[in-house]
Amino acid sequence: MSISKLRSLFTPLFALLLLSLAVSPVGAASRNLILATTTSTQDSGLLDLLIPLFEKESGLLVKTIAVGSGQAMKMGEKGEADVLLVHSPEAEKKFMTGEFGVNRRLVMHNDFILVGPSADQAKIKGAKSSTTAFKQIAATGTLFLSRGDNSGTHAKEKGIWKAAGTNPEGEKWYQQTGLGMGPTLNVAAEKKGYTLTDRGTYLAMKKNLGLEILVEGEPLLLNVYHVIEVNPAKWPKVNGGAAKSFADFMVSRKVQELIGRFGADKYGSPLFFPDAGKKPETVGL
Amino acid sequence: MEVLFQGIREALRLLFTLDREVLTITLLSLKVSGIATLLSVGLGMGGGTVVALTDFPGKRLLVSIVNTGMGLPPVVVGLFVTIFLWRNGPLGYLEILYTPTAMVLAQFVIASPIVMGITIAAIQNLPPDLKLQILSLGATRSQMLFLLLREARLPLLAAVMAGFGGVISEVGASIMVGGNIKGYTRVLTTATVMESGKGNFDTAIALGLILLTLCFGINYLLTVVQQRERPR
Repeated sequence: MSISKLRSLFTPLFALLLLSLAVSPVGAASRNLILATTTSTQDSGLLDLLIPLFEKESGLLVKTIAVGSGQAMKMGEKGEADVLLVHSPEAEKKFMTGEFGVNRRLVMHNDFILVGPSADQAKIKGAKSSTTAFKQIAATGTLFLSRGDNSGTHAKEKGIWKAAGTNPEGEKWYQQTGLGMGPTLNVAAEKKGYTLTDRGTYLAMKKNLGLEILVEGEPLLLNVYHVIEVNPAKWPKVNGGAAKSFADFMVSRKVQELIGRFGADKYGSPLFFPDAGKKPETVGL
Repeated sequence: MEVLFQGIREALRLLFTLDREVLTITLLSLKVSGIATLLSVGLGMGGGTVVALTDFPGKRLLVSIVNTGMGLPPVVVGLFVTIFLWRNGPLGYLEILYTPTAMVLAQFVIASPIVMGITIAAIQNLPPDLKLQILSLGATRSQMLFLLLREARLPLLAAVMAGFGGVISEVGASIMVGGNIKGYTRVLTTATVMESGKGNFDTAIALGLILLTLCFGINYLLTVVQQRERPR
């Protein structure tokens, strides 16, 4: 069997492969917008409401990539995303000083809460602060589930451990799931452990969990979302125009009203509080 | 257990009401994995036949590589394809990351060694004298090739099924290169991962059942073709 005999068989197949590659809208690149965001905006269902609206208004195709805030910013640093919707203020500031992003704007906030099984083995319910609660969890060696994925929530949790003066890394009672917020809540529910979560995802998933809110309402637990346009000067392929129109859309009055109402009918209270145009200090940053 | 029955009920509801989102997701799964399987059958069966019927230095090495490739972890394929397709990666100019095309490409990489490996084994498993016998009866080379492939069609169809089964059930690569974008690159497996992450286990089970039904249907069809007239 000679190879040349079969070449005639291959040629059309490779042509087909190339053709299927070419079907992609190469010319329509500017009609695409890559939004890198955190899992909480997707898992809470907020983006399912906002993205179709924006696509209809702008005629753009939004490719929402829901990852942790850490990974979202990595994508921005490499020019692999056009716009970010993230909630990891310390890392965001670094991102901005590195000139990876332009025009960082406040969008909304909700808060983090410490949740756990109703049995509450570590007796943290009603603790004065999240740091005392964390200390108590460490002292009693009760199971704590960490995201462990460099997300905004994980960054916040590490900050609280630091404030509590404890290093939980490597402890038997400290387990890292490496998963998004939704799956981590499921693991915590299944294993009857504690975890730190944003209120939005928790409320959206509450019905199946059987986890209770144990610590809440503290300035340290504030969860603030910003929209950041990736710097097109750094990466020429970044779709700066589309990124700006998405960021403008997120802080527009109409969308801010939608955010303020989102989830109120289904969960009894809104999942996010709109903040566009406010000074960071007034939100408590 | 309760959640399982809820899932089955949900699956039936989604199927019989022809839920548009589920329909889009199912059709995309079929399309992406179907095209990927077709392409991999082209490369895998064509290439596998050539490899099986010719002798060349390094053949054993090549066959070992193909056989290793049969177990390629989809996430690893997904990772490499993503890196190649990044805007600033070597194939970035194609601008196909986070599109169905990228998913076809990744699944093609996963399925090709599977199809090729089984093809090589199938052709080499034919009686060694068969080729000579066919030629001595005056067949042309292409007639001989046709007869050999016909003779090996049971395992060859199994190769198609294995390739298709490998990619339609695959989630790691699809989620990485496709991004699980609603209405665009969301397929049955990535949607199942997302719904179970959200805690919507009934929907997740429903999607899983649809996937299973789909796999069964396709494999049933292929098996019917395979068993239609069994060579003696």
